Amino acid sequence: MSSYILEMHDITKTFPGVKALSNVNLKVEEGEIHAICGENGAGKSTLMKVLSGVYPSGDYEGKIVYRGEECHFKGIHDSEEKGIVIIHQELALVPMLSIAENIFLGNEHARWGVINWHANEARTRQLLAKVGLGEDPKTLITNIGTGKQQLVEIAKALSKDVELLILDEPTASLSEKDSQALLDLLLEFKRQGITSIIISHKLNEINRVADHVTVIRDGRTIETLDRSQISEDRIITSMVGRSLEDRYPPRDPQIGEPIFEVKNWSVYHPLHAERQVIKNIDITVRKGEVVGIAGLMGAGRTEFAMSLFGRSYGRKISGEVFLHGKAIDVSTVGKAVERGLAYVTEDRKVFGLNLIDTIKNNITIANLKGVSNVGVIDDLKELDVANDYRRKTNIRSPSVFQKTGNLSGGNQQKVVLSKWLFSSPEVLILDEPTRGIDVGAKYEIYTIIARLAAEGRAIIVISSEMPELLGISDRIYVMNEGRIVGEMAASDASQEKIMRAIVRGEGKAAS
Amino acid sequence: MTDTAPTPQTGVAQDVAGGPRVPVSTFASNLREYGLVLALIAIMVFFQFTTGTLFKPVNLSNLVQQNSFIIVMALGMLLVIVSGHIDLSVGSVAGFIGALAAMMMVIWPLGGFLGNPLVVSIICLLIGGAIGAAQGYWIAYHRIPSFIVTLAGMLVFRGLCQGLLGGGSSVGPLPDSFKALSSGFLPEVLGTWTLIPPTVNAAGKTIFGSGVTLNLTTVVIGIIAVLAFAISGVSARRTREKHGYEAEPFALFVVKTVVIAALALFFVYQFAVYRGFPIVLVVMGILVGIFVFITRHTTIGRRVYAMGGNIKAAQLSGIKTERLTLFVFINMGVLSALGGLIIAARLGQAVPAAGLGSELDVIAAVFIGGASAMGGVGQVMSTVVGGFIMGVMNNGMSIMGVNVDWQQVVKGLVLLGAVIFDVYNKNKG
Ligand SMILES: Nc1ncnc2c1ncn2[C@@H]1O[C@H](COP(=O)(O)OP(=O)(O)OP(=O)(O)O)[C@@H](O)[C@H]1O
Ligand SMILES: [Mg+2]
Repeated sequence: MSSYILEMHDITKTFPGVKALSNVNLKVEEGEIHAICGENGAGKSTLMKVLSGVYPSGDYEGKIVYRGEECHFKGIHDSEEKGIVIIHQELALVPMLSIAENIFLGNEHARWGVINWHANEARTRQLLAKVGLGEDPKTLITNIGTGKQQLVEIAKALSKDVELLILDEPTASLSEKDSQALLDLLLEFKRQGITSIIISHKLNEINRVADHVTVIRDGRTIETLDRSQISEDRIITSMVGRSLEDRYPPRDPQIGEPIFEVKNWSVYHPLHAERQVIKNIDITVRKGEVVGIAGLMGAGRTEFAMSLFGRSYGRKISGEVFLHGKAIDVSTVGKAVERGLAYVTEDRKVFGLNLIDTIKNNITIANLKGVSNVGVIDDLKELDVANDYRRKTNIRSPSVFQKTGNLSGGNQQKVVLSKWLFSSPEVLILDEPTRGIDVGAKYEIYTIIARLAAEGRAIIVISSEMPELLGISDRIYVMNEGRIVGEMAASDASQEKIMRAIVRGEGKAAS
Repeated sequence: MTDTAPTPQTGVAQDVAGGPRVPVSTFASNLREYGLVLALIAIMVFFQFTTGTLFKPVNLSNLVQQNSFIIVMALGMLLVIVSGHIDLSVGSVAGFIGALAAMMMVIWPLGGFLGNPLVVSIICLLIGGAIGAAQGYWIAYHRIPSFIVTLAGMLVFRGLCQGLLGGGSSVGPLPDSFKALSSGFLPEVLGTWTLIPPTVNAAGKTIFGSGVTLNLTTVVIGIIAVLAFAISGVSARRTREKHGYEAEPFALFVVKTVVIAALALFFVYQFAVYRGFPIVLVVMGILVGIFVFITRHTTIGRRVYAMGGNIKAAQLSGIKTERLTLFVFINMGVLSALGGLIIAARLGQAVPAAGLGSELDVIAAVFIGGASAMGGVGQVMSTVVGGFIMGVMNNGMSIMGVNVDWQQVVKGLVLLGAVIFDVYNKNKG
């Protein structure tokens, strides 16, 4: 068939100690949406980096044929010239620059180095209209949410006359609604003849938009499924090599007395002192209980969690925290950790990991006491601990001496989780714990959560994926605009009920 | 070569580890350190050939006595740079402390106890720590960039140094017992041992190669140190193996240990035939040992690296970054003060220009040693080697009669070359 816009033949890419890709083949038809699925560390991002010239020709083996022509990209510029644009797993926007500045960064409408702002802004407006974003081009990137930032990235791609758009986990940190909007946009692009490659762990999304799915496992192509074959179960079977019976591990919750209580918790914005971000929140978590916090993006869940955890967010914090009925001081992270709190961040690269250090050192950093004696680290004990958690959370790497910066996104997440598991907390707050994690690994993380709960700990899970919350929680709080607007037992909760609570809360807030 | 991955206890993860695995050689991962040592040896050999005197026992002692203050201060600077900061004030602080020490011992009538060189030194180290604390306070608790705070410190303490000495004059001579810090040698307690008795030729001169007398104390300390090094290496290997972790390949381990031991013994011999270990070398050696230990085996060291690697993640892991930063600068202040004492002791007096520009040598030593300007990366031993590279170049070029201007050009280029080499390597790997 000559309708392939892109063919990648026998791509092999090796990193020191890891063969990330071995003889991978990928064929993408003109004008389709082609999904790539695979477990964490399977090599999806690496394959796309090979394609877009991030790893220049010569750094890998194999052949890339684009529009019938063999290509040897030396860098991103070469591939962009051909209309291949990649949007990376981690967004690459400059936060303190405006939307327009970001879109035309390095590509400005300028004459002799003098930027023509009018031209840039006019063009930006057109592009934003195309992606359905009604923001002012002068708005700074920091002031818009992740969903909109993602759209800005796409607008940026459009500005480069894209023919093949590559999106690496574009919806990982988007809300349900934003994700839907983004997928609709891809379908719209498809009608305009733009080909897309999308990497995602959200199989329902793939199910909805993809024309073909190529599955990669352990750096090898397993198969390419066509439209008629695509189903979530089929993809999972192909991804993990066996079928997955349940998405959530069975649990037999033994719920005891309240362990962790927060009373009348209020927080103000760190910069705008008059803006109250968290408004008089009361929550209770019982022994052995998994409590979910549902809400839309921007509901204040992360802010709430971080302000609890050693006042890592916000100002003028007031309220009380009780552990086993006794008021505790959690005013610094150190104290919070000592009292048995742990917070697994949603932003692993910024708040979770030291990317230039090893897996081992990242796992033990929050609990160095656990591997040391009067300030002296016991190397072997530390190594044992690191290996133990590497095995328990199934981190894929040649060894615990691998730098976390070289791990795939999902495996980085597992390192952050391991770090907090090792601090053996009594109260574990997980903020989007399965973001960017493959289905198999999600199950493993749910299993860990279930086990911790069974051991009698209190667990709080913040998640934007409602099915996940419904699947693993015992009780769900619904949060909106800094308030708790609903509370329900998971057994009689549903997505509709949660949404209704949010809408009701909005009504209340307005009145 | 074998894989560095520890094998036995990781059965499950091994089975699923992504894709076919290519072994990482331990050798390759340590290539940088080996390269650095080789570079130092190459530079030394080069100067040996061009000057013919570099390896002479007298000169080795000189080299150590002239440059040890750079390494002492570089130990503090390493922590500063690893934690993501910089300290430009160290040369001025060293100069100021040297002046202060001289004033206390020579000019001010402190008398008796307070004028005692040892007491003065201790007071000076404490004052150095206070200076570090004063600068670190603004950096740690008020987030003023270290570049600016220490640039201010650089001006302030140079000014105070000159002011203290009353304009352009120098203050001295310093007491001999104080000067021993830099120019003294370890006292000979075991006596000497004549290896080859001197043979006198007809002209009444000793024949070359004869008349070798060893300082036994030095030999004994040297041999004990080398043995301790080898034994601790072997026992570390043993424990690793007992716990089921593969250590580096045995052959490589043996070769490495033998080479290091041989080099060490060579230098021990050189010092032994002259006047034994310089005191300042012993001080430096102990400090290096302490800092290797701190950076590799203590929680505080680990936290400094974590803070330099990602300060936000470090804070959210419960690390008190403010206090840690303060500690790093106090430590730097104490070591700057020690550097200042060493300089003053070597000159035998305090001069207004003492330590001038030495911050640059110190910072260069750390970067040549492979530390990252972004923080989070850097090793003590590499820094020491980096310091010796600077020292050997200073010494060798001076003997060759290269003029000071050109010395700076060469040192600058070496620094640039070392960092380019690093960046190139990183991009390739
Ligand atoms: N720079 C690097 N150095 C060493 N190993 C690397 C590097 N980049 C990626 N790897 C390894 O290559 C493998 C594939 O990584 P890749 O990022 O492509 O996975 P992925 O399929 O995108 O996973 P995820 O779903 O978690 O994002 C992983 O084992 C990873 O550890
Ligand atoms: Mg990826």
